[in-house]
Amino acid sequence: MQIYLPIAEVSVNAFLLLGLGGLIGVLSGLFGVGGGFLMTPLLFFIGIPPSVAVATGANQIVASSFSAVLAHLRRKTVDLRMGTVLLAGGLFGAGIGVQVFARLKAMGQVDLLVTLFYVVFLGAVGGLMFIESLRALRRARSPGGPVPKRKRHNWVHNLPLKMKFRTSGMYISVIPPFFIGAGVGVLSAIMGVGGGFIMVPAMIYLLGMPTKVVIGTSLFQIIFVTAFSTLMHAITTQSVDVVLAVMLILGGVLGAQIGSRMGTNLKAEQLRILLAMLVLLVCGKLALDLLLQPSELYSIGVSE
Amino acid sequence: MIRLVLALVLALASSAASAERIVLGLSQDEVAITATFDGSSLLIFGAVSREAPIPDASELDVIITVTGPPGPVDVRRKERQFGIWVNADAVHLSRAPSFYAVASTAPVDSILSAVEDLRYGITLDQVVRTVGASETVEDVANFTEALVRIRSDEDLYQIGKSTVSLDQQTLFRTGMHLPSNLVEGSYLARIFLLRDRQVVDQFETGIEVRKVGLERWLYSLAQNQPILYGLMSLVIAIAAGWGASALFRSLQR
Repeated sequence: MQIYLPIAEVSVNAFLLLGLGGLIGVLSGLFGVGGGFLMTPLLFFIGIPPSVAVATGANQIVASSFSAVLAHLRRKTVDLRMGTVLLAGGLFGAGIGVQVFARLKAMGQVDLLVTLFYVVFLGAVGGLMFIESLRALRRARSPGGPVPKRKRHNWVHNLPLKMKFRTSGMYISVIPPFFIGAGVGVLSAIMGVGGGFIMVPAMIYLLGMPTKVVIGTSLFQIIFVTAFSTLMHAITTQSVDVVLAVMLILGGVLGAQIGSRMGTNLKAEQLRILLAMLVLLVCGKLALDLLLQPSELYSIGVSE
Repeated sequence: MIRLVLALVLALASSAASAERIVLGLSQDEVAITATFDGSSLLIFGAVSREAPIPDASELDVIITVTGPPGPVDVRRKERQFGIWVNADAVHLSRAPSFYAVASTAPVDSILSAVEDLRYGITLDQVVRTVGASETVEDVANFTEALVRIRSDEDLYQIGKSTVSLDQQTLFRTGMHLPSNLVEGSYLARIFLLRDRQVVDQFETGIEVRKVGLERWLYSLAQNQPILYGLMSLVIAIAAGWGASALFRSLQR
């Protein structure tokens, strides 16, 4: 069944969109990630214009994070104060990101920018995750080995403007969380992702937040930043396609149910290695597109 | 005296030329883009009406063109820089149609003179305007060729893809396929009657391509009330996500 998307102005198979949403949903249920970093490139591959893919991706993330953050609020695993600081940074970063996106779009370099961002971030995160989970697997095989202690104090704790974060049980400067939020905000606007895959490791390793509040707090920030990005894209480029978003969301909810059920049968280390390999695979595909000579050297852009 | 005769002959000749006129029919003068739009076929047919018997000195030919709303485009070329392929040179074309199809009874260059082509703008060379395209790029032709190649691959440019069938020098018809990635707007269908590589009559008619129903409503809301549209997208997205997962939870219980 073909469906015509009013904003993207292309006709796509409805089941392909449901399936794509479902695939991302399976991954998010399986790994606990949003999956925006896979959604956007996959939308490119099926012929959705990049600006529509990025803007609609942001819209879809709002929906998929909403019910998750409600669950975290009920369990009181959201540090609202930390979330607000991250959010302030996030809105700042998203504002910059949307500007950069619009400027580079006019110069015809937006595809390059998006691809480069993906290659760099997916490569770094995937690589680190892969090494980390390999180590974890080896430790699990040889019990009795020393468990490395996480550093509780580093340079982050010596900055001014300190604030008390009761839910996380921390007393640290607001500068690092603000800049982490801002960085993620830029990524959200340029890559059409929530940015959880950057923010969660940063909160654990840089800020030293307790793991149990990390996911809920990052989701809290992601909802507002992606909602802001969606609105900004809707206002500046009119590229949010609500029909596309709804199709992806419906598929995503279904997939998430399947994914979370599959996840209970696998071990955490194995899951993380799988996710790392997936991230590296997408990264490799995008890097090859940059390195190999494309079959069509020319491209058409509608100018103003 | 000689002048008067000449004027008379010319007047006769021109009335003879316009003695063949086009009577046109269209399968539809409106293409509606609905939620399930997957391209459309367009049938253009008509007849040649004449008061005099069919002149048998020359062959009658028909060319039919359909043009989509034109606009400026940027064609960019990738180049290897620092080991990766990036967009480097760009050519700005002031006017290129978003859709262009040409159908004819015989290959266009064999039935149409260059002068008439220039006058009526029938072949793509005339339609895609490259005047003042670029001062920095030397091989502008490569860029326009690329534009035609890419749009032809997407079925947006259809040159000689369909032929016009002409029956007893009077009835003509052709079918065209409008792809699903059509741009909204006013399309123009032009029909040319030719004899001896000269246009003897031409006829123009408009075809409206419009989104209808929900598609129309969403599109105009996004364009005219972007803030409202953005907020609505968020509400719909949240409601869909929340509603669907609530449904699942209640099913599991």
